[in-house]
Amino acid sequence: MSADPYADTSESTSGQVFNVTGGDWDTISTDSLEGDRLVINMGPQHPSTHGVLRLILEIDGETVHDARAGIGYLHTGIEKNMEFRTWTQGVTFCTRMDYVAPFSNEAAYVGAVERLLGIEDQITERAQVIRVLMLELNRISSHLVAIATGGMEIGALTVMTCGFRDREEILKAFELITGLRMNHAYFRPGGVSQDLPDGTVGHLRDLVALLKKRLPEYAALCNANPIFKGRLKQVGRLDLAGVLALGITGPILRSTGLDWDLRVKQPYWGYDTYDFDVITRDEPDAYGRFMIRQLEMWESLRIVEQCIDRLESTQGQPVMIADRKIAWPAQLSVGSDGQGNSPEHIAHIMGESMEALIHHFKLVTEGFRVPAGQAYFAIESPKGEIACHAVSDGGTRPFRAHFRDPSFVNLQGVSAMSEGGMLSDVIVAVASIDPVMGGVDR
Amino acid sequence: MGLEEKLPSGVLLSTVEGLAGYFRKASFWPATFGLACCAIEMMTFGAPRYDSGRFGMEVFRPSPRQADLMIVAGRVSQKMAPVLRQIYDQMPGPKWVLAMGVCASSGGMFNNYAIVQGVDHVVPVDMYLPGCPPRPEMLIDAIFKLRESIQNTQLGADRLAEIREEEQAVLAALPTSAQAGLMR
Amino acid sequence: MSDETQDGSHETRAELKKSDAVELEVVEVREGAFGVHGTGDTSGFGGLRRPVVMPGAATPPYGGWFDEVAERLTAGEGLADAIEKVVVHRGEITFFIRREVLRQAAQHLRDDAGLRFELLSGVSGVHYPGDTGRELHAVYHLLSMTHNRRIRLEVTCPEEDPQVPSVMGVYPTADWHERETWDMFGIRFEGHTHLTRILMPDDWPGHPQRKDYPLGGIDVEFKGGFIPAPDNRRSYS
Ligand code: SF4
Repeated sequence: MSADPYADTSESTSGQVFNVTGGDWDTISTDSLEGDRLVINMGPQHPSTHGVLRLILEIDGETVHDARAGIGYLHTGIEKNMEFRTWTQGVTFCTRMDYVAPFSNEAAYVGAVERLLGIEDQITERAQVIRVLMLELNRISSHLVAIATGGMEIGALTVMTCGFRDREEILKAFELITGLRMNHAYFRPGGVSQDLPDGTVGHLRDLVALLKKRLPEYAALCNANPIFKGRLKQVGRLDLAGVLALGITGPILRSTGLDWDLRVKQPYWGYDTYDFDVITRDEPDAYGRFMIRQLEMWESLRIVEQCIDRLESTQGQPVMIADRKIAWPAQLSVGSDGQGNSPEHIAHIMGESMEALIHHFKLVTEGFRVPAGQAYFAIESPKGEIACHAVSDGGTRPFRAHFRDPSFVNLQGVSAMSEGGMLSDVIVAVASIDPVMGGVDR
Repeated sequence: MGLEEKLPSGVLLSTVEGLAGYFRKASFWPATFGLACCAIEMMTFGAPRYDSGRFGMEVFRPSPRQADLMIVAGRVSQKMAPVLRQIYDQMPGPKWVLAMGVCASSGGMFNNYAIVQGVDHVVPVDMYLPGCPPRPEMLIDAIFKLRESIQNTQLGADRLAEIREEEQAVLAALPTSAQAGLMR
Repeated sequence: MSDETQDGSHETRAELKKSDAVELEVVEVREGAFGVHGTGDTSGFGGLRRPVVMPGAATPPYGGWFDEVAERLTAGEGLADAIEKVVVHRGEITFFIRREVLRQAAQHLRDDAGLRFELLSGVSGVHYPGDTGRELHAVYHLLSMTHNRRIRLEVTCPEEDPQVPSVMGVYPTADWHERETWDMFGIRFEGHTHLTRILMPDDWPGHPQRKDYPLGGIDVEFKGGFIPAPDNRRSYS
C-alpha cells in the first residue's frame, strides 16, 4: 500500500499542520505541542454533524474556544434554476430544499405566488384544510427526524430506530395522498394538485390512533433518562436577547419563553380557526428544545384530528381555484394504467372544444402570467419562519425567488451555543438546532 | 491486492474467486455518505421496516477506512466534489460506488452551475440507481444486484484483463446522442 | 382566507390595496419572444416589445399603520429624506431607502418604541439588469414582534459601484445573509467584518445568481435525443 496522500504534516505561518486521518495518531503527541490550542476540522463528512455541515473548532484540551460553521457543501442553485421554469414547476424545485419538511417549502412558495396573483382569498376551504393537514403531519415527521438523528448523534440508537419507524407511518399517508414519499410537489398555486383518494380519512384516523400510542414512547425513553438529561440539560444555552439578535425562530425561540408562532400571530389558511396551544418553555437549552418538539407533536396531532373532521364535512368540494387560467393540473384522476389524466377532460379538449385545447396547451407549455411586483410570504415551519420572497416581472417564470430558510439562520447560533463548552456538547448543540443542510445551502 | 495478483489464472483461482466473492458480498460495509434528500431514504433503509440488518448491512461505517461501499446519496455540489474524492481515496480496496438517485447519477433536475452532472465525473461508479428519491426497496434491489456482480468478480490477472476489456468496450461505444431508433 | 392584515388590526387588505400602484415604473423593455431574435423568427413575435413594469410609487396616505411607520421612520435623526419612494403592493409596504443612511434607518427602526422591528428576517438580492444606474437591489425583510408588523426595505446600487452599508452591527443575524448576497450577487456590504463567500467555493469566479451569469447547465444527450441546457431552450418570456 502506498503512503496516504492526505496524511501528511507541514508547517504554516500559524503553526504545525497535521493531516492525520486515522491510524497515525501517534504522530500528533509531540511534546512541543503541549498546552497549545488545536484547530480541528469536523465535517463536512462526519456522521454527527447532521448532514454536510463543516465545523472548524479551536480547542484547548476538550474545551471549545471558537466554533465556526462552514456551509455551502450542498449548494444546489435551486433559486436560480427556478428562474428558468414556470411558476407551477417552481414547486417541484423548492420542495427539494428542506427535504425533511418539504411541505413547508411548498407552502411558503405557493403562498407568495398566490399573494402576487392576488388570489389569496379565493383558495377553497378544502384546499386549505388539506394544506394544513399536510403541514401538520409534516411537522410531526420532521420533529421525529430531529429527535431521531439527535438521539443517534449522542449514541441513543434506539431513539433513532423508533423515530424512523414512526415517520414511516406518516410517509405512508403522504404516499397515499400525493403518490410520493418525499419531495411531493403537491401544493400548487391555486390549491393542491389533486383531491384525496378514497379511504384517506379512515387511514388518517388509524394513523392518529397509532401515533397516540407511539408518541409516549419517546417520553418514556428519554425524558427522565439520567444520561439523556446529563447530555442535554444546560447545554447549548442561548437566551432571548441572543436568539433575537441572531434572528433565530422556531422551537429555539420558544424555548426562551416567547410564544412566537406565526400560525397564531399571523395566521394563514385558517389556522386561527383551529384549536391548539403554542408550546413554550423557560429552559433555553437543548433539553428545552427537545421537550418543545415532543409536545408540539401532540399539538399537531390535535390539529390533524380537527382537519380530518373538516375533510369529512367538505367532501366533494373543489381543491383547486375556480379560475381556469391558473388551475393546473386542470383535472386529474388515476386511470387504469396508473397515470393520471381524467378521460372526461381529454375527451373535452380533444373532441369538443378547440378553445379548451388551445387553453390547455397554453397553460401547460407556457404557464400563467403573474403580475409584476414582489411578495414575502412567511409561515411557521417545524424549524421556524420559512418564507419566500418572490419577484415577478409579469412573465410566466419567477424573476427571482429567494427563500429565507430557518435552518440557514438558526445555524448561525452554533457558535454562540457551543463556545466555552466541551467538544461533545457541540454535537448536542447542533442537534438541538436541527439544521437540514438542503435548506441551509439551497 | 497482494498474493492474488501473482497467482496464475486457472482452475484453482476460479474456486478461490468464488469464495472471495462470497465473503466480499456478504460483509458489505457502506460508508455514510449522505448528502441530500436521498440520504434520508438511505437512513430509512437502515431503519425498521426496511431493516438492512436483515442482510448484514446495518453497520454504516463513519470512517471511510473501514468501508468498502460508498453510497453517494444526493446531489454532489462543486464544493463537495473534492471532499468526495478524498473520502473515496481513503477507502481501502476493493471498493465499490453506488450512485443513489438521479442527482448523483446524472445531475438530475439540477442542470446548473452548482451541481456536478453525475458523480462519475469524480469517482468510478459501479451501480446507478435512478429515482428522485429512489424508494428504500429500490436501494435494496440495487445493492443486491451489486452483490451479484461482486460474487462474479474475477481475481488477479483475469480481473486486470476484465478491466481492460471493459475500458475498450466503453471507448468503442457509440455516444448516446448518435444512437438512433426508438427511444427506450 | 382572513382578510385582515398581518398585524391583526381592523384595516382590511382591501383597504390597504386601495393605494396600490398608482404610478407605474418601467424597469426594462423586452423584445421578441421564444428567445428568438432577428430573421430566424418566422412567428412574427420577434417584433414584440413588452415593457417590464413594476408597481410604482404610492403617495400618502398609504393606509392603515403604514402611515404611522413612514412618519416615525422619517422622524429619526438625519432620516428626514431617507425614503426615496414607498411602494404599497398586495398589502405589503416597501420603503426604498437611500443607501447612505441605511444603517441609521435600520438602527432607528429597531430602537424606536413605536417601530421596534427587532427581527431581521432576511436579506435578499435582486438583479434588474435593465434598471440602469440601480441594477442591484438589496431587500431587507423586517419583522416587529412587538407590533406584529412586517415591512420591507429596499436599497439599490449601480453595478459599477456595488456598495451598500452593512447592517450587521444593528442586526447580527445579517452576517450570513449579507455574505450570501455578496456571494450570489456581488453586492459589497461596507462594514461587514468578514465578507467572504459562503455557499460557493472560495475561489469561484463570478456571482452566480446575477442575471448575466448563465445558469451553467450542460446539454443532455439521450438515445436519439438531444436537449439543450435549460438556459438555451426556447422560452416564452
Ligand atoms: S435525486 Fe432527488 S431525492 Fe435524491 S438528492 Fe437528488 S433531488 Fe434529492
